[in-house]
Amino acid sequence: MRILKCTINGKPVQVGYDPRESLLDTLRNRLHLTSVKRGCEVGECGACTVLIDGVATDSCLYLTDWAQGTTILTCEGLQAADGSLNPVQQAFVDDFAVQCGFCIPGIIMSAVEIVGTGKTYTRDELRKMLSGHLCRCTGYQNIVGAVEDVVEEINGTGACSEEARAAFAAVAQKARLVAEE
Amino acid sequence: MYDIESLYEATSVADACRALAEDPQAMVIAGGTDVLVKVRSGKFAGAHLVSIHGLHDELDGVELAPDGTVEIGPITWFHHVTTSPVARERVLTLAEACDTPGGPQLRVSGTIGGNVCNAATSADTASTLVAYGALLDLQSVRGTRTVPITEWYTGPGRCVRERDEVLVKIRIPRENYEGFTGHYFKYGKRRALEIATMGCCCLVKLADDRRTIDDIRLAFGVAAPTPIRTRGAEDAVRGMDVAEAAEKVGELALAECHPRDSWRASKEFREQLIREMSRRSLLEAARKGGAEV
Ligand SMILES: Cc1cc2nc3c(=O)[nH]c(=O)nc-3n(C[C@H](O)[C@H](O)[C@H](O)COP(=O)(O)OP(=O)(O)OC[C@H]3O[C@@H](n4cnc5c(N)ncnc54)[C@H](O)[C@@H]3O)c2cc1C
Ligand code: FES
Ligand code: FES
Repeated sequence: MRILKCTINGKPVQVGYDPRESLLDTLRNRLHLTSVKRGCEVGECGACTVLIDGVATDSCLYLTDWAQGTTILTCEGLQAADGSLNPVQQAFVDDFAVQCGFCIPGIIMSAVEIVGTGKTYTRDELRKMLSGHLCRCTGYQNIVGAVEDVVEEINGTGACSEEARAAFAAVAQKARLVAEE
Repeated sequence: MYDIESLYEATSVADACRALAEDPQAMVIAGGTDVLVKVRSGKFAGAHLVSIHGLHDELDGVELAPDGTVEIGPITWFHHVTTSPVARERVLTLAEACDTPGGPQLRVSGTIGGNVCNAATSADTASTLVAYGALLDLQSVRGTRTVPITEWYTGPGRCVRERDEVLVKIRIPRENYEGFTGHYFKYGKRRALEIATMGCCCLVKLADDRRTIDDIRLAFGVAAPTPIRTRGAEDAVRGMDVAEAAEKVGELALAECHPRDSWRASKEFREQLIREMSRRSLLEAARKGGAEV
């Protein structure tokens, strides 16, 4: 047994782990962060995506041993203290982007990374940025639409509500996201 | 849970070499995107792993040496090769090739050194590194040695690296990239999360008239059991006009390739890909160099 010390969803965490564990195993089985989905477990589907030091990573191909001292964000860290949804989550609801939902937490984490760059993108660019995720239900159109909308809402030139921007900024700080220059 | 027998986090390259020498079953793990998949499948069950994942100071990043050599640390993520200002300025075709493996998450776990050491003929950086004539620096408890990439591959998934040797640097000398423009063409059935059915890299250096091929490098992945360079085709089209070279290069290259049938594609289809991709890659490389074709 080794001890992992890191920051998860804004809180310092210490947890015992077996060196054979993937980060996916540790997050789900020891910390009960079950938004992190166990899909293919070989890096093909993106269902297990979390942010590690602000970078969207497949946690199934990442050894827990490597997570010492890192800052990790999962979907559980997105809601505000009062339970209200983050603007990224809200966009998925508003755009009817979710069917069975299995792929969604992973895609939301990639979307958080994308919004965190502070830039806007074309639909084609977004499709490429989301291409590490498989969804068996939706046909992707509404998912790409939701990401397009929230990127535009937070990073675009139009008016954005102060609450939405503040809610996203709070998460960006938790995740150590750094906007690109 | 992975079926791993032991996992040791090396504290330096020297420490990794020592750990690899001490345990005759130990193997290197960098990003783990090949190793862990093979552990999962049972092929590497019970693996003894020496991790170089954290050796950022010694093994991570792209730098320019004073003599113009581009020096790439082996644990540099694909994504960081793609975004590296040095790589983009000097070896742009490699930066672009590094944007093609897997999907975005894979490109922030998979490393360029892992791609070279895994030695698959389908590796997306292989043909481009062959075209750029990369030099590979290895280190072990016995010392250091340098292997030119053309002498690296010995068979499918095999290379001259000994089990206990660590790839510590990938070097591209200035004369191998200066004046060249290039194109990496990956053919697969999907645009993401797809292993190449065929990969082709062409680098060209045009004469001052922007029409004549002064020099050319043409390399392939999946056209043979290992990545290859088609030197006969290079020699034949050197000195030709770009348009004429484009017409001839496909057949010339095919004569030096040995594509195989696999579940991904038939031999015949691969032959068609070799002809067509040589032509298109040459044209695209020449266009980037200012040719109007
Ligand atoms: C979902 C998925 C999709 C993929 N798609 C592609 C693709 O499209 N194109 C492609 O080319 N590859 C692809 N790959 C394969 C893989 O990601 C690459 O080969 C990657 O470059 C491996 O790097 P790594 O650091 O993860 O290697 P590891 O798995 O850590 O190691 C790979 C091999 O190299 C050895 N090794 C690694 N680093 C060193 C070193 N510095 N010194 C000595 N030995 C070393 C290891 O011992 C092992 O034998 C894919 C993999 C997955 C899981
Ligand atoms: S479960 Fe990790 S990528 Fe599929
Ligand atoms: S909503 Fe079911 S897999 Fe995407």
